[in-house]
Amino acid sequence: MKVLGIETSCDETSAAVADGPRRVLSNVIHTQIAQHQPYGGVVPEVAARSHVERLPGIVEEAMRRAAAGWDGLDAVAVTSGPGLATSLLVGVAAAKAFAIRTGRPLISVHHLDGHLYSVFLDPAFPEPLRGAEGLALLVSGGHTSLVRIRDGRRAGLLGATLDDAAGEALDKGAKLMGLGYPGGPAVEKTAAGGDRDRHAFPRGLGPGTQNAPCGGMRRDLCFSFSGLKTALLYHLRGHPEDLDPARGLPHLAASYQEAVVDALIARVRRAADLTRPAFLACAGGVARNRRLREKLGMFAASAGLPLMLAPPEFCTDNAGMIAAAAAAGLGTPVDPPGALEIRPTWPLPVEEGA
Amino acid sequence: MAPGTTEHRVSGVEGTHALAAALAADLRPGDAIALHGDLGAGKTTFVQGLGAALRVREPVTSPTFTLVNEYRGALTLYHVDLYRIDGEAEAVDAGIGDCLSAGGVTLVEWAERAPGLMPPGTIHIDIEPGSDEESRVIRIRRGERP
Repeated sequence: MKVLGIETSCDETSAAVADGPRRVLSNVIHTQIAQHQPYGGVVPEVAARSHVERLPGIVEEAMRRAAAGWDGLDAVAVTSGPGLATSLLVGVAAAKAFAIRTGRPLISVHHLDGHLYSVFLDPAFPEPLRGAEGLALLVSGGHTSLVRIRDGRRAGLLGATLDDAAGEALDKGAKLMGLGYPGGPAVEKTAAGGDRDRHAFPRGLGPGTQNAPCGGMRRDLCFSFSGLKTALLYHLRGHPEDLDPARGLPHLAASYQEAVVDALIARVRRAADLTRPAFLACAGGVARNRRLREKLGMFAASAGLPLMLAPPEFCTDNAGMIAAAAAAGLGTPVDPPGALEIRPTWPLPVEEGA
Repeated sequence: MAPGTTEHRVSGVEGTHALAAALAADLRPGDAIALHGDLGAGKTTFVQGLGAALRVREPVTSPTFTLVNEYRGALTLYHVDLYRIDGEAEAVDAGIGDCLSAGGVTLVEWAERAPGLMPPGTIHIDIEPGSDEESRVIRIRRGERP
């Protein structure tokens, strides 16, 4: 089954062709980071315009690299949410057009199902585990979720952030430290050689989220990063000298990054204790963070669990994971294709009785 | 301080939440709130207090990526972040204008990015850090209701 995938939920314009659920033949990604860098974050208007300009060429390139002909396609898959409305619209409109023109079915894919499926795109994923129960941490600039996996697909949401996403905490922390955008890589680079234990930043639910509604999720599996940003702000008010790149800054960045990573690991540990998975998985843009990979590895080893990390090329937003997820049956066919609507907010169903 | 402004010195999350709840009790369908304050000042805490007072049962999360989050409570709450919006036209393109006319309560962070968007009668809330990490100075100013 050959699937053309399209992903434009935020600031990456991407098209890909998958041949069945395991083989991504092409995965063309144009990242707009340079266009958004002057603004310190994704500018919706700039993103949408860039998607419109780039997507046709990127689809052509994906088809060319896959040596796929339009007649050889079996389906068109697209991310229809969650994401930026103005960005999603571009990909969905294009996917509808391709589906109608080729007469092939249109498959709507949840962006997080794509990320979740990306861990199965690792060729080294052990066969016996493909159908097993797993626990996945999905971390990016816009999402922070703990998801239970069963039979290679999402079984239910166990926990999520109650305020900011982990990547957003890194972006906003980087901004407070004057480190530029995107924040994750900037903090990681600055933190190299810094003392991770120099400053103690909060890792738990702050006082603001101790009574916040959890939407049916267990509170001790939910994340909160808003208080961390406030703690950094107040630290800098008292210690502006820590912004000195030659002295305090590496320690500050290392301690801040450590707090984000520790907060993630603590929930993974608790969820693993509760659900007893056969493997751990991690995907999303922040899954590229080396300190997170290292600490997940340490925990997985101590718990005796295999750790499956999404291959780096499938960590940031990409259409390869969308096409493959659709080929694996993780999407929803939409008939007629014109009926597909975007879902900028699209919460995952919470796992019952977790 | 501009006429009609009230100034509140609050302590802890409870103080911020209590003030947000007092404001929520006075809200009517169609009200717009502009929330001002720097990164880390405590805007999230205020919005979560407002959501709780409006009996929103889901987590009130950051709208930085999505621009708009919508919650069903006693009134529909639209939580908007205009940080990366430049001007009224972009805000309208992103659907913010629809929120303001939808009969709920629209709370806008970084409204200064599109000042012409906010209707007369907008409630302006400024949050500033107080003398210590726990305390905040919150100023509330309400324009004339049309």
